[in-house]
Formats: sequence, C-alpha cells, structure tokens
Amino acid sequence: MKKKKLAVWKFASCDGCQLSILDCEDELLTLAAQIEIAYFPEATKTVIEGPYDISLVEGSITTAHDAIRILEVRKNSKLLISIGACATSGGIQALRNYVKVSEYINAVYARPEYIDTLETSTAIADHVKVDYELRGCPINKYQLLEVLSSFLHGKKPSIPDHSVCLECKLNGNPCVAVSRNLPCLGPVTQAGCGALCPHYHRGCFGCYGPKENPNTEALALYLTQNVVDNHTMLRLFRNFNAASPSFSKESKNYEKQ
Amino acid sequence: MKNNEKTREIKLDYLARVEGEGSFYVKIKDHEVIESKLKIFEPPRFFEGFLQGRSYSEVPDITARICGICPVAYQMSSVHAMEKICGYKAVGFIDKLRRLLYCGEWIESHALHTFMLHVPDFLGYPDAIAMAKDHKDWVEKALYLKKAGNDIVNILGGREIHPINVKVGGFYRYPYPAEFKEVKERLQKAQEIAHSAAQWMATLEFPGFEFDYEFIALHNEGEYPMNHGHIVSNKGLSLEAETYEDHFSEEQQPYSTTLHTWLDGERTVFTGPLARFNINFEQLSETAKSLAREIGLYPVCKNPFKSLLVRMIEIFYACEEAVRIMDQYVFPGEIDDHVKPKAGVGRAATEAPRGILFHRYEINERGIIQNARIVAPTSHNQRIIEDDLRRLVIQFEDLNDELLTERCEQAVRNYDPCISCSTHFLKVNIERE
Repeated sequence: MKKKKLAVWKFASCDGCQLSILDCEDELLTLAAQIEIAYFPEATKTVIEGPYDISLVEGSITTAHDAIRILEVRKNSKLLISIGACATSGGIQALRNYVKVSEYINAVYARPEYIDTLETSTAIADHVKVDYELRGCPINKYQLLEVLSSFLHGKKPSIPDHSVCLECKLNGNPCVAVSRNLPCLGPVTQAGCGALCPHYHRGCFGCYGPKENPNTEALALYLTQNVVDNHTMLRLFRNFNAASPSFSKESKNYEKQ
Repeated sequence: MKNNEKTREIKLDYLARVEGEGSFYVKIKDHEVIESKLKIFEPPRFFEGFLQGRSYSEVPDITARICGICPVAYQMSSVHAMEKICGYKAVGFIDKLRRLLYCGEWIESHALHTFMLHVPDFLGYPDAIAMAKDHKDWVEKALYLKKAGNDIVNILGGREIHPINVKVGGFYRYPYPAEFKEVKERLQKAQEIAHSAAQWMATLEFPGFEFDYEFIALHNEGEYPMNHGHIVSNKGLSLEAETYEDHFSEEQQPYSTTLHTWLDGERTVFTGPLARFNINFEQLSETAKSLAREIGLYPVCKNPFKSLLVRMIEIFYACEEAVRIMDQYVFPGEIDDHVKPKAGVGRAATEAPRGILFHRYEINERGIIQNARIVAPTSHNQRIIEDDLRRLVIQFEDLNDELLTERCEQAVRNYDPCISCSTHFLKVNIERE
C-alpha cells in the first residue's frame, strides 16, 4: 500500500507542538516507516509536492501573508489537523486581541513601520475548514500519535473531552482547590495533560482550553468570592487560550472591575 | 538560483532543519560581497508587550512560550531577574535543582541539533530519518540521548515542553530522590554514547574556516556556566547583567523581525556552546576536558563548524553533572521559597543551549510588570551569522551554486538558530556579478 503523505506547517508559534513529533523518541522511526514525511522543514530539507494526505498545522494567523498561505495549505491537504493552542484558539499571542496592537508594536520595536501584522491572532478554523483539532499548550505527544494512527487507519481518534478535574480524580490527586485553597481552572479545562499541575501542587491554568460546555461563570464567581481578586481571575482566563470563546467571554466580566 | 555572465545570485529560500523561518540573500561582484541580507520572517508575537500588566509570578509560564525548544532557559532567566528585584537568593538545593533542569534541556536540545539537524549536513543526508537508513545505530543512540535529557525535564518540570514546575523562588513540588533512580542509569549510558559520538563526529570533514571572533559567555570560577556568572569575552569584556544594557544595543532592520545586537555600538559578538567552551574550558570536569583533548579540541577554537563537537562535549558534561547533582540531592526538610514582590528593576542572563539569554523586568510594589525586555541568543548571533555567510561565499566562491548553498545552510546551523525565539529560517539567495 502506498504510504500516506504527511506535511507539517508552521504559523505564529513557538515550534513546541511540531517538536512533539521529534520528541516521540521511542516511536519516531516506527512512525517514519508508516508514513511519508513529505514536508516538515524543521526536520528535513526534503520537499515533496502536494497534495498531502494529512497536514498538521501549528500556529495562529497573525499576518496578511499567513491568512493567504493557510488557504493554500487547505487546498493542498485532504485532511487538515490543527495542533496546539495557537492553532486551535490563537495562542498566547491572541492577548493582542484585547488591546490596540500598535501599543505592542511600539513597546517592542523601535521602527514600528517595518512591522507587518494583523490586529488579531486567530485560530486556523477561523480561516479554513479544519477536520480535527488537537488541543494543548503544548499538545500531548501521545495524543498526537493516537490522532495520526487513527487517521491512518480510518478510525475516529479516542481523545477524551472531559475536564482536568476528572483527570485528577482518575489519578487520585487530592483536590488542590479544596486542600490548598488554590485557584484552579480544572473544572472548566479540557483534559489531556494528565492533570499535571495539581500533581505538582499548583492549580490548573488552562493549557488545554475550555472543555465542552464549561460553567466558567460559576467557577469564576466561587474563586473571586473565596480565593482570588478580580485581576487574578482575569489573568487566569487570559493565558494560552485567551481567545477561545468561553474563556474570552468570562474574562470580559472581570475586565473593568 | 540563477547565474548569468554578470551576476551570481544564490538564494537559500527556506532553510530547513532550523527551528524557524528565514532567508539569506547575497550578491557577489569581483570576488567581493556587495550586498547581503539575512532575513527572518517569523511573525512577531509581542511578548514584551503583553507581559505588561501581568504578575511577576507568571513570567516562567508565559516566557516559556517564546520557545518550545528551550523553554527552561526562558524560565531560568525570568525567575532570576524577578528574584533579584525582590531581594531573594535561592538556597543551595534549589539552585542545584535548577542546574539539573538546565542539564536536561542542554542534553535534549543539543542531541536534537547535533544528530538530527546538523550531522545530516556533514554526511549529505536531507534529514535524520534518511540518515537512519545507513546509520540506524547512531540515530537510535541520538534518540536515547535526547530522551535522557527530556526525562530530567519531565521529572523536575512535569513535561518536556513548557514545564510547569518552575516558580519565582524555586519549584512548586520538590522531587523525591527515588524518582531519579531510573534516569540516573539512563544518563550513565547516555554519557557513554556522548563519548563515542564525540569520537565519531571528530572524524567528519570540517571546512577550513576560521575567524578571530569575539566570543561572549557567562563565566564564574566555580562551575561551567548555566545560571550564574559575569558576561565576559575573550577580548576583555567583563560585566554584570546589571550593566548589560549600557553595552549591548539592538538595532532593527527593515527586512527582518529579529533585532540585531551590537556590543558598544560596533562590535559583533558570538554566543553559544563554542563561546562557552572557549571561555570556560577550565571549568569543565576533568573527564570532559580529556575527551575534548582526545578529539583535538582546545580553546580557543575558532572554527564555528566545530561547534558540533563542542555540543557533544557539553552533552557529555551535562550527563555527568546531572548524575552528580542527583547523587548529592536529599529531599529538603524545610523549604522557604516564598518570594514577596517589591518595586524595582531586575536583570539576569543565563546560558540557554544557544547562548546568552538576557531578561529585564520592572515591577511595582504589587508585583505587576511595568515593562519587560528580552534578548534571545539568536539576536546576539544574528550579525555574526550574516558575517560568516559573507566570508563563506567568498572563500568558497569556486563551488557551484548548489554546493555553495549547502555550505551556507550548514554554516547557519553552526549557530543552531532557534528562530522562533524571535523569529525562523532560511532562503539563500546568491547573486554573482
């Protein structure tokens, strides 16, 4: 059987999610034997022309040039999977969406006129049809392997969509909100990290973005009445998935207070 | 690439196997470079902008996101800068664990760069996976090494990319010594691999290309530098992070989103493993020094292509150092790592895998960041990379465009430019006149 062609694309990002592929130390050579790595500039000079069977897209759209480039990627891909918080929600750089971007440019660059950028940082799905989204900042490499092997074998990936809170229960972590009185986004954040932060004695800060139908309002109300001030609450929702709709909406309630 | 009677033009349109995007354009006339541009086209992400208004306690988590390849470096520079403002100094075991975490990042980052990104250039493969067809043994060993480094970051940091356990003051959770048992065994084997890999890589062919660089690195008498030291150079520079900004300035180019760093307005510097090695050879362990001598590597090594070998020496050293720290570590009884905010300005520089990483923050009495400045290793090296490429195309002018382009790519990779830090790489574009 002919091997499926894989392409890995980068937009505005830290490279961490695509690095997850190379971080599959035990599985990399097996993976490479199953799939043809046709385009992956971080790892290889080889460029095999499209169309590609699977495109993994990392990063968010922040420039006019990239807004056009993603259309080309879509056209050249049978299946497009966006990976990581930047690609699925705009990433940490979506914090620009809440200010005038010119303020940031002036804070960072002496010659703002050389900088070409959009007012917002947006998810891939805001621009093109996305076939599957894998969450996380960074993604979990085992989830990535599950997604790739599922699509190679024509089945639906088995990625849990429950909360970090449930992951904690499954792992037997004592609840850090109860036992340590820490602010924790576990009840509203999608699982995937293995409830890492509570295991390390700190509250969840939302790397995997909102779970389905999160009750952010109740959580924020509880936390602001009992644990943190409004500014801290605002900042908790405004991290790596700041522009995901439910976190964005909830954060706005704490903007002016 | 195009050639005609008058001009020779070489384009490196998209440099592969570097972490980022960029291009290089050069125009040659009468054996001289008349124009060159090293362009970085990574979209700007404005970290310094959105750090304003955030809490001092958030810097390790936020700045880690600048780079997925060296997040630990960003965490280390940021917490040290904050702690300086707050008048806090981490006690011994915290300091040692931070060094251990850095060892992990150096090992995984260097293993990735040497075997998977740089060695394929020397052997003429497009990538490590293609290389695995003929050198499966080495690729497997490389992955073993990389994993050993990542294991350290995993245990101490929670995960290898964007670790979650570093805080201003220390760590959220301190590991039990028993957690290190397996990785210690792995590291001993990794050190043997690094030893034999250094011997193997020393047999590769290195282009005869030397220059009298100004190498800059952290330096302190007590140890090979990671988190501590003055910033010194082989040309007499010696300063503390506090006065860094009096000497180093950044300049913006119209064609690049990476800022170019100058020393005292006119000097071009070289940071990274080769600089560290040249300045801190005496601080290496005896075993690392003797391995270096065995493969013919002595300070001052002026051939940037040999940074490949220096990275192997550093992996070897970091494996040894990591085991040493783990052996001495006992679970701390009482821990006071709480840091109260205080208004002020703080600066710190640490040694990222790719060289000096400088952070400065100003915070108010509630710990809210007023402004921030971050200078990544790739900014420090940007000018020297461009200079090397200019010299290289003249020295190797007789090569055809394809080979010359390959040589340029290999030369860029000497610096392991982590372009997402500021930036990504590279198109080469050579025009001959």
